[in-house]
Amino acid sequence: MSFEIIVCGGLAPDPLQTLEPVPGPALKNEMMLPAVFDPWAAHALYEAAHLAAQMPGSRLRVVCLAPKAKLQQVMMKMAQKLPFELIPLDGPSNGFSDAGPTSEALAGAIQALPDVDISRLLVFGGWESATRGAGVVMQMVGERLGITEQFLAVDEVKVDAGALVIKERVEGGQHMVSRCAGPPAVLAWATGSLPEPPNHPQTGMANMRTMMPALQKAAAVAPANGVAYHEVALPKVQRETRIVKDLSAAEIARELATWVKE
Amino acid sequence: MEKILVLVHTDEGGVLPRAALETVAAARSLTGDFTIGVFGEKAGASIGSLAVEGEAFSAPRYATDAAACEAIVRKAGATLVLAPNTFRMARCLPGVAARLNGAVDTHAVAVSHDTEAVTVTRWFYRQRMEGTLAREARPWFILIEPGAYEAAEASLAAAVEVLPVEATTRTTHVGYVSPESGEQTIRPDARLLFVAGAGWTKKQADGAVHTDEAGELILGFVRTAQSSLGSSKSLVDLSGEGQTVLPFLTHLHQVGQTGSTPRHRKGLATCCHGEEPHVVGWRFINERRAVNLDPNCGWARGKADVLYVADAFEVMRELNRLI
Repeated sequence: MSFEIIVCGGLAPDPLQTLEPVPGPALKNEMMLPAVFDPWAAHALYEAAHLAAQMPGSRLRVVCLAPKAKLQQVMMKMAQKLPFELIPLDGPSNGFSDAGPTSEALAGAIQALPDVDISRLLVFGGWESATRGAGVVMQMVGERLGITEQFLAVDEVKVDAGALVIKERVEGGQHMVSRCAGPPAVLAWATGSLPEPPNHPQTGMANMRTMMPALQKAAAVAPANGVAYHEVALPKVQRETRIVKDLSAAEIARELATWVKE
Repeated sequence: MEKILVLVHTDEGGVLPRAALETVAAARSLTGDFTIGVFGEKAGASIGSLAVEGEAFSAPRYATDAAACEAIVRKAGATLVLAPNTFRMARCLPGVAARLNGAVDTHAVAVSHDTEAVTVTRWFYRQRMEGTLAREARPWFILIEPGAYEAAEASLAAAVEVLPVEATTRTTHVGYVSPESGEQTIRPDARLLFVAGAGWTKKQADGAVHTDEAGELILGFVRTAQSSLGSSKSLVDLSGEGQTVLPFLTHLHQVGQTGSTPRHRKGLATCCHGEEPHVVGWRFINERRAVNLDPNCGWARGKADVLYVADAFEVMRELNRLI
């Protein structure tokens, strides 16, 4: 048994950067901000590669909608992590773009692939992005592809006699376990359980041989934005921190105990 | 004039989640009447005048839940659909919005309706900025973040129309399991969030690491104080890489940019530097205190109310004795 795994992902500003909104809305100096592959989409990619390695004959592709120049920078790093094919789409990718048209562009790119076997198709992605954080794109992609077996906030998938046994996060710090008869399915990943793979320069060089031509030919998409923003602002609350340096551990513990019990 | 539908689900045993009643409160804050639709186990004996129930719709599964929601929204002819942002709704409603050519916004912390338009307030970039927006597309699905409204009281519906819905799925619901660590992560009802940072696994003043004692101190406090247990990404990553550091911590404990954003009245961070990617997960923690040896850490820069510059091992030993 083998799978056709397609991971949908976008870019996000490096989480250590200071973000400030400007009218539009957009981020101040947005094009100058260093970007990373969206963290949850990255987890989906690591899990996809792990699954593909377990199931010989599986194929792993990544559909990514982002400004081409930034995508190229980020892929220089991601390409070193694991082998995959990139299907780039050149378009806006920020927290203020609209999820509906974004999902339309991603689903359109998947449908346009000439050699996708839908009966083996698993569509992976992050359950939310670090930008818009809506957690809606994957379900919309699945719906547009006609896939009605969908799973959100997935932390684990195991293949058991051709079926997929899936753990999804639910309320109360629990996992819900489901058994899906097999592909096609959409899995929107939470963090999974795999760490970030180490860089492997040879893999990077092999990946970039196909990625660079693909990036040069990336189709430009301009998803319509159906949202009217009235205001976007930074939170106004700034705490005045009391820094306590001169108390003993016992005194601090007493103060904390009183505070905890209040 | 908007036709408003409050769309909620029942949990096991036909119980309504608290977030469902909070969504009713959100709908009452808007002008105009609204219809309530319920799906799930014993939905016909709940607060909704429209219901989809039956064995196929008891367990949370995308295909069946989406079919139920689609039927209720079509029957109600709703232009505005308010729903709780539970995992079950978050899984199925975006797909239903796509199916009905509508739009969807999640994690809404406020919804209002003035003379011009309905607006939704939500956070962007992992709670780093807040925005208010409106849309023209209808039906517009708005998922209300749990905790954003006080739960309303709602009585059982006087008359219920149970809609006949057929749905097929290749997925079977197996059940629920707790994290393998056996330790509670986020307790929705806890008043306190306790966060353990990477400092617990570093060399201490005597030049050695004391992870066993760190584990005892952390778990001792969490169990006694009945608090939620969270962690920073760096500490979770260390345990994910197989190192023998605080093995009870998993990605489920992670708070911040790639973790959860829990709602608690108080939060206590220990051995954690308070970097921005972690602190964005503290957006809904009202009172914040931190214990850290570095007086210039992130918590000192307006992110905590009180920063105790002290050795967390010593403080927690004393604190565990006192509580």
